[in-house]
Amino acid sequence: MAESKRKPNLAKTKVPMPEQDPQARVKNFEEVALGYTPAQAVEEAKRCLRCKEPHCIDGCPVNVQIPEFIRLIEEERFVEAYHKILEMNNLPAICGRVCPQENQCEKLCLRGEKGEPVAIGRLERFAADYAASLPENGGKPAVRDSQPKGRVAVIGSGPAGLTCAADLAKAGYRVTVFEAFHTPGGVLVYGIPEFRLPKSIVQREIENVKSLGVDIQTNMVIGKVLSIDELFAQGYDAVFIGTGAGLPDFLRIPGENLNGVMSANEFLTRVNLMKGYRFPEYDTPVKVGRRVAVVGGGNVAMDAARCALRLGAEKVYIVYRRSEEEMPARREEVHHAKEEGIEFRLLTNPVRILGDDAGWVRGMECVCMELGEPDASGRRKPLCKPGSEHIVDVETVIMALGTTPNPLIARTTPGLELTRFGGIVADEATGQTSREGVFAGGDIVTGAATVILAMGAGKKAAKAIDEYVTAKRQG
Amino acid sequence: MNRILKKRVLAPAVKLIEVENPFIAAKAEPGQFVILRVYEKGERIPLTISDYDREKGTLTIVFQEIGKTTTLLGRLEEGDRILDLVGPLGKPTNLENLQRVVVIGGGLGTALVLSQVKEMHKKGTRVDCIIGARNKDLIILEEEISPYCENLYIATDDGSRGHKGFVTDVLKKLLDEGNRYDRAIAVGPLIMMKVVSNLTRQYGLPTVVSMNPIMVDGTGMCGCCRLTVGGETKFACVDGPEFDGHLVDFDEVIKRTGMYREEEKLAMELLQRSLEGGL
Repeated sequence: MAESKRKPNLAKTKVPMPEQDPQARVKNFEEVALGYTPAQAVEEAKRCLRCKEPHCIDGCPVNVQIPEFIRLIEEERFVEAYHKILEMNNLPAICGRVCPQENQCEKLCLRGEKGEPVAIGRLERFAADYAASLPENGGKPAVRDSQPKGRVAVIGSGPAGLTCAADLAKAGYRVTVFEAFHTPGGVLVYGIPEFRLPKSIVQREIENVKSLGVDIQTNMVIGKVLSIDELFAQGYDAVFIGTGAGLPDFLRIPGENLNGVMSANEFLTRVNLMKGYRFPEYDTPVKVGRRVAVVGGGNVAMDAARCALRLGAEKVYIVYRRSEEEMPARREEVHHAKEEGIEFRLLTNPVRILGDDAGWVRGMECVCMELGEPDASGRRKPLCKPGSEHIVDVETVIMALGTTPNPLIARTTPGLELTRFGGIVADEATGQTSREGVFAGGDIVTGAATVILAMGAGKKAAKAIDEYVTAKRQG
Repeated sequence: MNRILKKRVLAPAVKLIEVENPFIAAKAEPGQFVILRVYEKGERIPLTISDYDREKGTLTIVFQEIGKTTTLLGRLEEGDRILDLVGPLGKPTNLENLQRVVVIGGGLGTALVLSQVKEMHKKGTRVDCIIGARNKDLIILEEEISPYCENLYIATDDGSRGHKGFVTDVLKKLLDEGNRYDRAIAVGPLIMMKVVSNLTRQYGLPTVVSMNPIMVDGTGMCGCCRLTVGGETKFACVDGPEFDGHLVDFDEVIKRTGMYREEEKLAMELLQRSLEGGL
């Protein structure tokens, strides 16, 4: 289509994406957002102004060529649009669903200055889902078939590890990914619930990564069954550590070991990875009481609260010690949670969990908070209001307070420099750690963050690993 | 990988399997455990590594069929594979600098202490072993463990073998007779470990117990296996599974172990119904 004849869609708002009705969806684990039809996608793609100097790309941690793929959608060349995204992003159907686009590409979109930005995330999702609906994804980009440039071990098969592995495979490396769980995907399979990210989609994108020649070995806990030094001894040229931030925090308040208190990690792993919501068809049980409190204000808290509702809880509370403004969760997640009837108990902090003689939770004592001066995180510090103690009537408490890095690898790898919070020190641009040939990226370096930031780190590390191994083999 | 090379029935519902997994066999140490899953919809359960053979690349696991997963595991035969097997997990037992140790194994516990006893024997530690069971048919691995023990005592609830009564009766007698040990190692039912710990506390005998709580991942991720030790919360999977028996809050552990009892019962009933239906 000639540029002169093109008439952009000047609607101020995004083409709405169909969603399951809140009343219906709280009774199932099926996906909430249903995705664009081809006609809707083309309509939304027309909202792109094709800026001469597009800013959206600067907001993407993996540099997807956004205006180009949107143009291909507008021209109804959907499979080519998918391949355009794949050049930079190996997991588009996942990113289209879980990236915080509002803080990244869409934040920088010119259309956002007067109205809503172009729905880049929805379009990315559309292109990936469209291709997946065709046999062989509508034809795969060619895989190079030459002498491998070297061998790389990737530890962890979450977003950072998968991205690093896929990029290295594309660059001509033999890559082995080691995963501790029985299923690859990391937080994409154990953490993010089915209704936000269907596991069949994660599996599909992992199959795509495997089709690049990446070998994934499950049930391998590196640091226990093999050390990083042993991997080098086996002939790997470099190692990438993308083991995430897997250890749950607790509040360290009385009653936390009562039956009915769980970390969000445990709850979500039971529900998502082990499919506890389908017990007894699946063997792993998961239990929620009639009333459930989820403590925390991040995306994980929203996920846990919404899962609890779908498991049959009558009342689910989000208990958060600051106000809604300080909540780290995505707006969209908060919105969905409210729509589904989750009650927000803000400026509320638990001080003790009460139990019965058999050891089960019977309530949670909380205090009310008020906001004081900004603290180290820049957010206003919550202060306890004296005399505001009250009991929230619950049978289940889920702690979604954040996570810290797993020390298994750090403890078994001499010479690896660590941060104060137990993460691995790595160069931001390359992922290089204090050990030669060892790179790291994702939550193990930054602490708990997002899928796409981990992918960005995996991508940078893949490039640095390629340079390192090439130089080493030449030298 | 994960192929069952040998299977033995040690007692009613108690089975021993030798599983091929050279990676885990190369690294396993006494006191560590594996997590396994038997089929695609199955649960992840932790089981102690009873013994290992680095040269053959095998692990020995002894288990009792008490729930759905262990029952399904018990139906696997030689040549079958275990779907998922991950390990070695947990910290190994510290067995350094021990002159004389008393080991108490209740029920399945005898199987679980086998690798510790062998290792201590290798290091020149003198080991007295007390095996307890409900009756003589439930005494397992007596022949396997006895060559490594200086003295082996047996206690059965019904008196059909050895002392009639509990392992703690035998232990108390040994201690009252003036036997001095550097350490007691107690592995078995929670209530037995609690009673042993209460007894040895009175004698000032340091006591190590091995916890086997409900776990999901086994690498510190979920915190399901947490317990209170000396007033602090610990994760059995990464901080244990062995702890100072004098500091463990056994009552809390016992309550937490029963957390999913109703669901476990339901899963077992459904399994039995489907097995009877010939499925």
